[in-house]
Amino acid sequence: MLKDITLGQYYPAKSVIHQLDPRVKLFGTMLFIISLFSFRGIPAFVLATIFLIWVIHISKVPFSYMVKGLKSIVVLMIITGLFNLFLTPGEVLVKFGIFKITYEGISSAVLMVVRLMYLIIGTSVMTLTTTPNQLTDGLEKALMPFSKIKLPVHEIAMMMSIALRFIPILIEETDKIMKAQMARGADFENGNLLKKAKAMVPLLVPLFVSAFRRANDLAMAMEARCYHGGSGRTKMKPLHYDKTDKIAYVTLISYFALMLVLRFVWVKYIV
Amino acid sequence: MSIIEAKQLVHEYIRRDEEGNVESIQTALDHVDLHVEPGQFIAILGHNGSGKSTLAKHINALLMPNEGTLYVDGKDTKDEKNIWDVRQTAGMVFQNPDNQIIASVVEEDVGFGPENIGVPTEEIWQRVEKSLRSVGMWEYRAHSPNKLSGGQKQRVAIAGVMAMQPKCIVLDEPTAMLDPCGRKEVLRAVHELNRKCGVTIILITHYMEEVVDADQIFVMDEGHIVMQGTPKKIFSDVEQLKKYRLDVPQITLLAYELKKEGLPIPDGILTREELVKILEQQVK
Repeated sequence: MLKDITLGQYYPAKSVIHQLDPRVKLFGTMLFIISLFSFRGIPAFVLATIFLIWVIHISKVPFSYMVKGLKSIVVLMIITGLFNLFLTPGEVLVKFGIFKITYEGISSAVLMVVRLMYLIIGTSVMTLTTTPNQLTDGLEKALMPFSKIKLPVHEIAMMMSIALRFIPILIEETDKIMKAQMARGADFENGNLLKKAKAMVPLLVPLFVSAFRRANDLAMAMEARCYHGGSGRTKMKPLHYDKTDKIAYVTLISYFALMLVLRFVWVKYIV
Repeated sequence: MSIIEAKQLVHEYIRRDEEGNVESIQTALDHVDLHVEPGQFIAILGHNGSGKSTLAKHINALLMPNEGTLYVDGKDTKDEKNIWDVRQTAGMVFQNPDNQIIASVVEEDVGFGPENIGVPTEEIWQRVEKSLRSVGMWEYRAHSPNKLSGGQKQRVAIAGVMAMQPKCIVLDEPTAMLDPCGRKEVLRAVHELNRKCGVTIILITHYMEEVVDADQIFVMDEGHIVMQGTPKKIFSDVEQLKKYRLDVPQITLLAYELKKEGLPIPDGILTREELVKILEQQVK
């Protein structure tokens, strides 16, 4: 039952976006998020929409996959929308009881919901087209400058990739322990919240014990294979920028510049 | 020159209480001498807690001897300077295949060792291909280790060690967690490495069937090496093996029981074919 959880929702396909350097995708996602939270006005919104649709189109990932991610934040979107709708002060349109809907409220509610939607879709583009490993590699390389100020970049990346490797193993183990406890009469499904939480104790204790034992074994296996930190280490799959990556950077930056222009120039002079 | 030379090796596990006072001392290795020639296939047998895993970890410099010295390819494992050389010379494969695979793609895991010792990128790929082919796992290079069977995982682990081009591989109960099928797979791969690549193999196990092809067998009990010799010699002494709580291969046991019943059968029968041949002669 727990086996069905998929982590890292990589969608394998051969597209330009898939082949991009993970650093480009990380940078692009960041830029896109910044642009989302700084834009104002209809034209910027249209530009962001066009850009997003274009990227999804060339990534060859079916649109339904992108929308799947939205399901998990529907509640969050509704709450954000409602709060913005009712609690924004301004020109009152409708009023019933203590609730009032203002013109500003409607526009900011729509804006916030759209932003959240685009945020999730935008980041899904990255996670759907990049394997978790590539992502860690990209992060490691991108954060490398920070190792000068003693940030343990290599160690962080190593921990991330090991965590990714062990998540499915630990899930399987949880499943096994759960079944073993159920066979001896443990009840994980009935009762109130407190009871359910208490039922988790005999599940978590053996899980933690085994996780520590695994960690110990793994550390020994890594040492046996001469692992001694990031220094003097070579890469089996080093990251290189090629032509497409450069083009992608230029595209991203021009998109961002255009957004900035729209934000400042449009808002100031035209509206 | 011998590849592994242990002289009077002693290792003690010291258990301390909260104040740091010594509570108990357990001697895992008690003045062990070991001599292994390059290219040999060595098996170390022993019951649980006999010290065989402790000995294995010494060969890889994961543990240091309390007394005595251990030379791996002429290098003293106690010397800090030698530690990475020793680990590169003597690779190690552990019992649980899940807990020794680091990466989430087979080929990346095999590349982990060479990455650590600073091999250039192109050579890493050559080594990865060569070692994956040598254990017959090249077709699975892009798979996730989670999707492989136990035997396949263990072969990936062996390939990971091979990619560091060791002279010697220590396998610490590599088949203990595998089904009979996986066990056969792994042993075939190990024997092939020994024959084709001339890698010295030190196989630690308590499955007697796995060691009948070894060049030399060491039997350990309570930190001592108590028996030593060719499989034929070791398995001739069924009584002694039973004393050390070890089983003999079923065929050997059958031959032993038949002999006890009065049939003129020589000691140290290891394979079914051997026994059949002798019995045929008896019938004639």
